[in-house]
Amino acid sequence: MPPAASTIAPHTDAVFYFIYTVSLFFFTLIVLLMAYFVFRYRRRVEGERGPGRTTHHTALELTWTAVPLVLVVLMFYSGFRGFMNLMNPPAGALDIRVLGQKWLWSFTYPNGHVDTELHVPVDTPVRLTLESNDVIHSFFIPAFRIKRDAVPGRYNRIWFQATRPGEYLALCAEYCGTQHSDMLARVVVHEPGLYEKWLAEAADPFRTRSLAEVGQLLVAKRCGGCHSVDGSANIGPTFKGIYEHSVTLADGSTVVADDNYIRESILEPRAKIVRGYEPVMPTFKGQLKDREITAIIEYIKALSDEATKPRSDEGTEQ
Amino acid sequence: MKAVVSTFPRSHVAAAEAGAAGDNYLTHAHGIRSWLFTIDHKRIGVMYLVSILAAFLLGGIFAILVRTELLTPGPTIVSADNYNRFFTLHGAIMVFLVIIPGIPAALGNFVLPIMLGAKDLAFPRLNLFSYHLWVLGALLAVLAIVTGSVDTGWTFYVPYATTTGMGGVVPVLLGAFVLGFSSIFTGLNFIVTIHKLRPPGMTWFRLPLFLWALYATAVIQILATPVLGVTVLLLIVERVLGLGIFQPGLGGDPVLYQHFFWFYSHPAVYIMILPAMGIVSEIVSVFSRKHIFGYHFIAFSSIAIALFGFFVWGHHMFVSGQSNLVTTIFSLLTYSVSIPSAVKVFNWLATMHGGSISLRTPMLYTLAFIFIFGIGGLTGLFLGALAANVHLHDTYFVVAHFHYVMMGGTLIAMIAGIHYWWPKMTGRMYSERLGQLSFAAVFLGFNLTFFPQFIMGSHGMPRRYYNYPPQFEFLHQLSTVGSYLMTVGFVLIAVYLLHSLFAGRRAPANPWGGATLEWHCASPPPAHNFDEPPPAGDPYDFNDLEYDARIGGYVYGTRPVAADSEPT
Repeated sequence: MPPAASTIAPHTDAVFYFIYTVSLFFFTLIVLLMAYFVFRYRRRVEGERGPGRTTHHTALELTWTAVPLVLVVLMFYSGFRGFMNLMNPPAGALDIRVLGQKWLWSFTYPNGHVDTELHVPVDTPVRLTLESNDVIHSFFIPAFRIKRDAVPGRYNRIWFQATRPGEYLALCAEYCGTQHSDMLARVVVHEPGLYEKWLAEAADPFRTRSLAEVGQLLVAKRCGGCHSVDGSANIGPTFKGIYEHSVTLADGSTVVADDNYIRESILEPRAKIVRGYEPVMPTFKGQLKDREITAIIEYIKALSDEATKPRSDEGTEQ
Repeated sequence: MKAVVSTFPRSHVAAAEAGAAGDNYLTHAHGIRSWLFTIDHKRIGVMYLVSILAAFLLGGIFAILVRTELLTPGPTIVSADNYNRFFTLHGAIMVFLVIIPGIPAALGNFVLPIMLGAKDLAFPRLNLFSYHLWVLGALLAVLAIVTGSVDTGWTFYVPYATTTGMGGVVPVLLGAFVLGFSSIFTGLNFIVTIHKLRPPGMTWFRLPLFLWALYATAVIQILATPVLGVTVLLLIVERVLGLGIFQPGLGGDPVLYQHFFWFYSHPAVYIMILPAMGIVSEIVSVFSRKHIFGYHFIAFSSIAIALFGFFVWGHHMFVSGQSNLVTTIFSLLTYSVSIPSAVKVFNWLATMHGGSISLRTPMLYTLAFIFIFGIGGLTGLFLGALAANVHLHDTYFVVAHFHYVMMGGTLIAMIAGIHYWWPKMTGRMYSERLGQLSFAAVFLGFNLTFFPQFIMGSHGMPRRYYNYPPQFEFLHQLSTVGSYLMTVGFVLIAVYLLHSLFAGRRAPANPWGGATLEWHCASPPPAHNFDEPPPAGDPYDFNDLEYDARIGGYVYGTRPVAADSEPT
């Protein structure tokens, strides 16, 4: 099992190793008996007979029915206790909403801040409420031994209490398409007191940054999986050099990528599809604030300015 | 003793056998139509075997592509979308076209009536129809590949399966629908045959255990498969017409789909494993030359597995959001299936105790089954425990577990069965040495492929991942190397079995000393199996069977002159 970093993990590991011990015992027994019989009763001459004549033994049969029965009931019970613990968060847990969508996780904190990283304080119960707005995803943090599906149309809950500050990985465990294996999120467990500080800073990035800088941060977190900023094609078109340039759509018409077009593409991604790309982008309606959309537009504009006025160490973009 | 024979199947194999009639099921009729439209269960069994092995080759190619892609994290040989297609096709082909029909339709078809002492199945035409349906289902799967393929995983989870852009989803679902009917008809045929066509003296408790297993399997095929048919039909209706059943956007419930799907697909696991256990019960007894231990317990454990298997489907949804009460009940019920499986394993071991154990190829594969199924079954205990399941769910631990059961269990037992009945089916003996060599390659390759996956899974490696954290690279590479080694083993099997058709020694009627009725027939059997219903006794009584070194096989009655020379 991987390093354990939550209160539930030692219990899960205890269940795992209990079953592991019992299984190892029986497996060793089976293999040793098999090997011994194969050696002891090997056929030396074709047609010879072994010494055994027993065809049944009811007491023996009942024994090897009853002993496993008792053991599996114990296994069931140990697993059940851990599960009930996992399903019932203590009162007063910190509530964080988790949204799964192709192919990123986003976390909504109690103050309304939305982020693509999960930040939590150490030694504090955290309750996650999972939802999805496209297909089924599954939120999995191996170090905490927790996993729960994010199912569209319903809310699923799970909780944990991290025991060690540090960085961990959250993965998507339910197959969801092209970038399923890249649908990862950083999980940061903060030392006491540092979580609140992080949240306050993260919630208002505009205080210390220009619009384009905030846009750059947002694009890296929210868009970078599918859209490049260096001119290369990805799942979606690149952001470089498109601002106020004309774009050819799937139906052959052209449109100028102005502020309103970019805004529409973020909120209603299926309204206009750029030629050569699949209509796979989810909507960001309700997830990005107006100011954040403006910041992204500013950043895309800045990328275009870079492209038309190249610095000496860069080639000219056509 | 090596006979020189030029062609197969037209060579008069039986004519060479002293005293045997010159006619057998292979030579009884000629031409391609005499095969494609035959109603002889033996020929249908052979056609199934050839077709299923062809599907196995196709599914195997996809498996090797998947394993090769996983040699390195990130792109190795194909794109993520193609990788997703490959593992989907690998799973769908192996499950629906290979492992579910494998043992019952190919070996069961061939062996069941002869073991029973009957001339054919109860409904020979229905049997042919179910084969033709299998072919139609296979063609639909191929159609799915050429019409844009599928990337849904073999489980077709909604809403992914109703929204993915790939065009092969509907054909592959239709294929599963058609294959379901093929499976239902086979099950129906087997049940009626076992009830109605037993000869005098063949009471229920003189049925060979393979037939008990096929009977239990047939019950599941008939009761569970219609649910799959309904489910895939609903899925097609939803995808094509937009009717809201499973998709939340249309007012449906995606978890309902999972309930429907697993209501079939979990019992289907027992459709896969029960016949495998039946083969193991036969081979363990014959190759230990000792009466099977605990016949009644093994027979009833097959029925118990078939029944309990219907009440455990919810363990596929422990983290999906079904209610905690339901989850708890399913966890408890899941453990009930482990008991009859454990009973069988102990009975097989007890059968070996005090026997005379011959390590011929069928027995080697059978011992491999016990070893591998032991691991496959015991790792199921981890997944049944709720707390452990939450961590292990949808990881490589699950992938390893079901490959240990489905591939290491069902497929290895099928290979054991093919080697066991090969002399009966073809009238030829294969090279024993190469058989043992293939066992070594397959057994080592299998464990090298799938054991590292348990370790990866317990450390949190999710399944269906194109890219993966670098810490898993070494274990993935071990796994891939193992899959190559296994491939070598399978190719070797194909080579020596095909070679045996042309140059193999002629098989005696009873090369291994089996007491079930198929060994009373010539090898290969005549077209109608038996002129008179044979007298049925205890299928595991080897007392009157003696080895005759002159024919390299076993005969009833008088002691042979020189029994100490090993056949080639």
